[in-house]
Amino acid sequence: MGDRPADVRVRDFKEVDTGLSADEAIAEAERCLQCKKPLCVKGCPVCIDIPAFIREVAEGDFPGAARTLKEQNMLPAICGRVCPQETQCEGACVLGIKETPIRIGALERFVADWERQNGAELPKTARPTGKRVAVVGSGPAGLTAAAELARAGHAVTIFESLHEAGGVLTYGIPAFRLPKDVVRAEIDQVLALDVRLKKNYLVGRSVSVDELLGYDAVFLATGAGLPAFMGIPGENHNGVYSANEFLTRVNLMHADAFPEFDTPVLHGGRVAVIGGGNVAMDAARVARRMGAKVFLVYRRREEDMPARRVEVLHAKEEGIEFLTCTNPTRILGEGCVSGLECVKMSLCDLDASGRPSPEPIPGSEFTLDVDMVIQAIGTSPNPLLVSLIPGLKRGRRGNVVVDENGRTSIPHVYAGGDIATGAATVIEAMGSAKRAAAAINAMLREE
Amino acid sequence: MKRLYKVELATKLADRVYEYWIHAPQVAHHARAGQFLILRLHETGERIPLTISAVRGDAVRVIFMAVGKTTEELATLRAGDSIKDVAGPLGKPSEIGKYGTCCVIGGGVGIASTPLIAKELKEAGNHVIGIIGARSADLLILEDEMRAICDELYITTDDGSKGVHGFASDALKGLLNERTINRVWIIGPAIMMKVTSGVTVPYGVKTYVSLNPIMVDGTGMCGSCRVTVGGETKFACVDGPEFDAHQVDFAELMQRQRIYTSQEKVLLERFAEHQCRCGEGGHHHG
Ligand SMILES: Cc1cc2nc3c(=O)[nH]c(=O)nc-3n(C[C@H](O)[C@H](O)[C@H](O)COP(=O)(O)OP(=O)(O)OC[C@H]3O[C@@H](n4cnc5c(N)ncnc54)[C@H](O)[C@@H]3O)c2cc1C
Ligand SMILES: Cc1cc2nc3c(=O)[nH]c(=O)nc-3n(C[C@H](O)[C@H](O)[C@H](O)COP(=O)(O)OP(=O)(O)OC[C@H]3O[C@@H](n4cnc5c(N)ncnc54)[C@H](O)[C@@H]3O)c2cc1C
Ligand code: SF4
Ligand code: SF4
Ligand code: FES
Repeated sequence: MGDRPADVRVRDFKEVDTGLSADEAIAEAERCLQCKKPLCVKGCPVCIDIPAFIREVAEGDFPGAARTLKEQNMLPAICGRVCPQETQCEGACVLGIKETPIRIGALERFVADWERQNGAELPKTARPTGKRVAVVGSGPAGLTAAAELARAGHAVTIFESLHEAGGVLTYGIPAFRLPKDVVRAEIDQVLALDVRLKKNYLVGRSVSVDELLGYDAVFLATGAGLPAFMGIPGENHNGVYSANEFLTRVNLMHADAFPEFDTPVLHGGRVAVIGGGNVAMDAARVARRMGAKVFLVYRRREEDMPARRVEVLHAKEEGIEFLTCTNPTRILGEGCVSGLECVKMSLCDLDASGRPSPEPIPGSEFTLDVDMVIQAIGTSPNPLLVSLIPGLKRGRRGNVVVDENGRTSIPHVYAGGDIATGAATVIEAMGSAKRAAAAINAMLREE
Repeated sequence: MKRLYKVELATKLADRVYEYWIHAPQVAHHARAGQFLILRLHETGERIPLTISAVRGDAVRVIFMAVGKTTEELATLRAGDSIKDVAGPLGKPSEIGKYGTCCVIGGGVGIASTPLIAKELKEAGNHVIGIIGARSADLLILEDEMRAICDELYITTDDGSKGVHGFASDALKGLLNERTINRVWIIGPAIMMKVTSGVTVPYGVKTYVSLNPIMVDGTGMCGSCRVTVGGETKFACVDGPEFDAHQVDFAELMQRQRIYTSQEKVLLERFAEHQCRCGEGGHHHG
């Protein structure tokens, strides 16, 4: 098993990586050294007992492995797929020093998929405490905090402004990396812990700040969904999208299935995607699956791209053309996109981020012949709710300021995930949510 | 787990114009003048924004014109039917204050937005003048309601079949020549807002328009609704929908409203065909 061939997979939205078989999983698990002081666990922000679940896999005890995983992580099928394992658990695995690390993510995914197909067991919850907790946002941070707090016996309500739960898991990450039935099944497991989910509730508007602050504790997990635009001329031409809009139209609204679904999206014949992160790779690969010739325009070198290596490779295999050391300067067209003016960049001294800083090369301007442009140059914390809460301290980038336990400047209000850190990762969002949930628990027990 | 939003009352007001009351407590309890909601009819539906036109208990009123697939399909729902999703209230409320004399102008289906704004302005202690305009008398809506709220109400029709023969902009010009008006609100089709707000420029009267670009989430996370106001990019769903009319790039707004014209046509044709086969008012989903 493994990746489906590129020429086949670009014709659909089915999963690229087909995962491990039971035999492969057992064989991989048997490689684990069962370290007494497992370094891998230190690399996991939600502290899964990795050697224990791997041992259970090796013994063929898949239900036991699932139980061990869910002890610390209610979203294992999701994390097994989208965690940047190479910099988390697998990056820390001792076997990585001499040979290849254990494929912890693939094993986690295997166990979670096995459990989903064979009937999931619900973890136990504590006796009701009578405390009410509001969680704002149903992305990985909100779901994780809700699960932890519900297991501790609190009455948890999640408010979500969209008509589907999941945050970026639902509207951002495409199905070929993270199938939507997988996301829904893991969300349903969280909800089965007696968590209430109120969709179509934009907190700050559908729920007033006073009502929100009336809960015994509040966890803000509203994410970093505000898309940035480059600020170059022509940016509001028809055919220019933020990656968020393009991905939302396809992933959440199913515009790829138009007109079976009512939401449209433009089908570019030739599409430029601007950026070099995971979001840019996702947008490029979605546009590719919708039949476009896709160029990825990035101002630094390929090795400077913040995207995961595997995503870059997958994008290349699928025929995405990379234009590196290239910066867009203007979007051409009369109302609709007819081209992208770019300039080549030379890479000079290292900048604050430790990467070479790009400088335009005079006279190197050229026009890329495209009819659609997708900007994937980053997002920042959602300002709407947090700007409405009086006295809530925010940092320079609009993020909510928190301590290591997720406490904000308001005593019973906590925050975690991208709204606190700025755009980061699923697992970091979950890790911060768990720490905040533990602190909320401690606070509610004291009261 | 499925929360459905019930249609409590469905009335046809004029040719292709409908008034619906929808049970949506979380919207109704918090709605203010100038805000909108987003609804999605069913699992395969599009999210479309509609202005909140009135509130009563747990229900909100929307008034819409059937112009495409979603609004045509919405118009087939009857009292007792359900809508899959209703989110709101969205957008910033109107900047209500005590300004003196305020003029609230609605054009066509844009009249839907005027009663709440006029009412809140009235409650804030303003002298409120309403101007409602339509192509012809039979398309004029909410006349009685606006008459009850406003201190003065003027009516214009393009064909002269009722009120003053002409446009709302003509009526506004007449008023501006006669007396001091401190604030103006204009809600209607983009071209009507552009033309009408042009009238107040020489008088230096602060004028608000409610912009209606294409939206998806309505919560500020996609940028579909971006408009240029005073040379800056704004997201109409969270920074608006009301903006200073004299700063708005209307040409760009109108351009962006046409992004999906060809897809919208396909969708509407498919829907019309399906309606024919299913008979009138077919309740083929729910
Ligand atoms: C295209 C894309 C691909 C990515 N790929 C990866 C990957 O492969 N691996 C990885 O680890 N990370 C990836 N990330 C990053 C990761 O998805 C985020 O870091 C993570 O989702 C953050 O979780 P969160 O819970 O903080 O916020 P989000 O997932 O953003 O969820 C926030 C939720 O809050 C809701 N909300 C906001 N405001 C309100 C309000 N006022 N009231 C009610 N609800 C509200 C939003 O609608 C949303 O559902 C990717 C991100 C994107 C955009
Ligand atoms: C803040 C706001 C408030 C509005 N209030 C009202 C109202 O009170 N009454 C009313 O009749 N109309 C209102 N509209 C316009 C209404 O949303 C559109 O008429 C509706 O979306 C058309 O959908 P359709 O599928 O029937 O038609 P389509 O055939 O899909 O579209 C017809 C035209 O409507 C516009 N439109 C299409 N999709 C969207 C979308 N997702 N978001 C916004 N505009 C779209 C486009 O300009 C398009 O050319 C409002 C729009 C906004 C942004
Ligand atoms: S949750 Fe992520 S970091 Fe933790 S073990 Fe699983 S894949 Fe590794
Ligand atoms: S560090 Fe590697 S080998 Fe050691 S327990 Fe963890 S996964 Fe197994
Ligand atoms: S509709 Fe998406 S940002 Fe306004």
